[in-house]
Amino acid sequence: MTEGRVSPLVSFRKVSACLGQKVILHDLSFDVEAGETLVLLGRSGSGKTTALKMVNGLLLPSAGEVSIEGIPTNAWDLIKLRRRTGYVIQDAGLFPHFTVGANVGLVPRLEGWPSCDIGARVESLLTQVGLPPSQFATRYPRELSGGQRQRVGVARALAADPPLLLMDEPFGALDPVTRVELQQQFLHLRDTLGKTALLVTHDVREALLLATRIGVLHEGRLVFLGGSAEFLKADEQEVRAFHACLEDKWKETI
Amino acid sequence: MSSALLSDVLNLTLEHLFLVGLSIGIAAALAIPAGILLTRRSVLQGWVLGFANVMQTVPSLALFGFLIPLPFLGGIGKQTAIVALVLYALLPILRNTLTGILGVDPAVRESAIAMGMTGPQLLWEVELPLATRTILAGLRIATVTTIGTATIAAAIGGGGLGVFIFRGLASVDTTLLLAGAVPAALIAVAADRGLEWVEQKLSPV
Repeated sequence: MTEGRVSPLVSFRKVSACLGQKVILHDLSFDVEAGETLVLLGRSGSGKTTALKMVNGLLLPSAGEVSIEGIPTNAWDLIKLRRRTGYVIQDAGLFPHFTVGANVGLVPRLEGWPSCDIGARVESLLTQVGLPPSQFATRYPRELSGGQRQRVGVARALAADPPLLLMDEPFGALDPVTRVELQQQFLHLRDTLGKTALLVTHDVREALLLATRIGVLHEGRLVFLGGSAEFLKADEQEVRAFHACLEDKWKETI
Repeated sequence: MSSALLSDVLNLTLEHLFLVGLSIGIAAALAIPAGILLTRRSVLQGWVLGFANVMQTVPSLALFGFLIPLPFLGGIGKQTAIVALVLYALLPILRNTLTGILGVDPAVRESAIAMGMTGPQLLWEVELPLATRTILAGLRIATVTTIGTATIAAAIGGGGLGVFIFRGLASVDTTLLLAGAVPAALIAVAADRGLEWVEQKLSPV
């Protein structure tokens, strides 16, 4: 670690991941600085989800090191690390046998908060994600629409006020209108709460909308890392492949 | 029906219930924890399920017979009958515990781990509640089949309603046959319905 410099919130150093013979990630190095939203963009199978799961220790690197707040994941108490890292996945992964309130209050409960504090926290979070607690707290996930479930997923991830959010295609399964609503809400929450986020997507428009920086993964390698403007100008082959997905409106800026 | 026969029916029914209840209790106490353990040790799955499968394929009368010469477990009487019934009941409970837990949506399990649940929290708060229905279904199958199989226990002196059936067969007496078969069938139907009701009640989703 460089002297006198605040270590980045998340740091990948020469990280490789193998599944049997297959190399999923190859020599991956990048940082996520506090306050930014880094979007990892890539096709299916590019290794982006694998990279994300290494941050909260769901997966460990085969080689190299992933550090959170300067401490490598293999030196963290993983339970502690996970409770202070928000995690949102596609389809939310809500507990079907817990009410919305119990889902959102899970991490505070695991952390042993007093129950009145949990109740207050759940109410405030549900309000923040646009689900009136009086109407939604006692419902079960199966009684919600896809968009509502995803809002609950976001509220659950924010429950213990973690500095870092990990999001794996959080808006992937939603209809376009709901997706835009939730993306806007994410931007609003991120800015008001000052969260750092590492988000994984294959949707180039989502990347451009949400990212402060974009990293493009291709076959397990990071082929581009930079801001949106640089992304639109970049000449790398895989980045150009993503340019091709954009409407003309965007292409004019290229 | 004479009152002596009636009181015999009552006594043997109670004995039958005792045989079944104890056997299912022991089988569940062995198979549910074993099933949970197997979800954590996938290498053992084949071996243990294989053993339980083989136990199930041995014809019941033969299994009772095989057990008689064994020390500790065997001999003539209730103990041998219970050992055999337990061996029979293991498979459905074990298999359903395994299926129930492994059937939990991987996204839900991953969320639980990612939220920072410990191993025991994952088991008690997520996996077991979500597997309850399947585990109870296994328990129901085991109970209903054990009620039937327990009638054969009489062949090795285990008692129960099978006593009537074997006596009825030996003396070609339909009344005796029915005195054994009808209560056994009624118990099986009642157990099936009762456990189905519990399944519906306890099912969290």
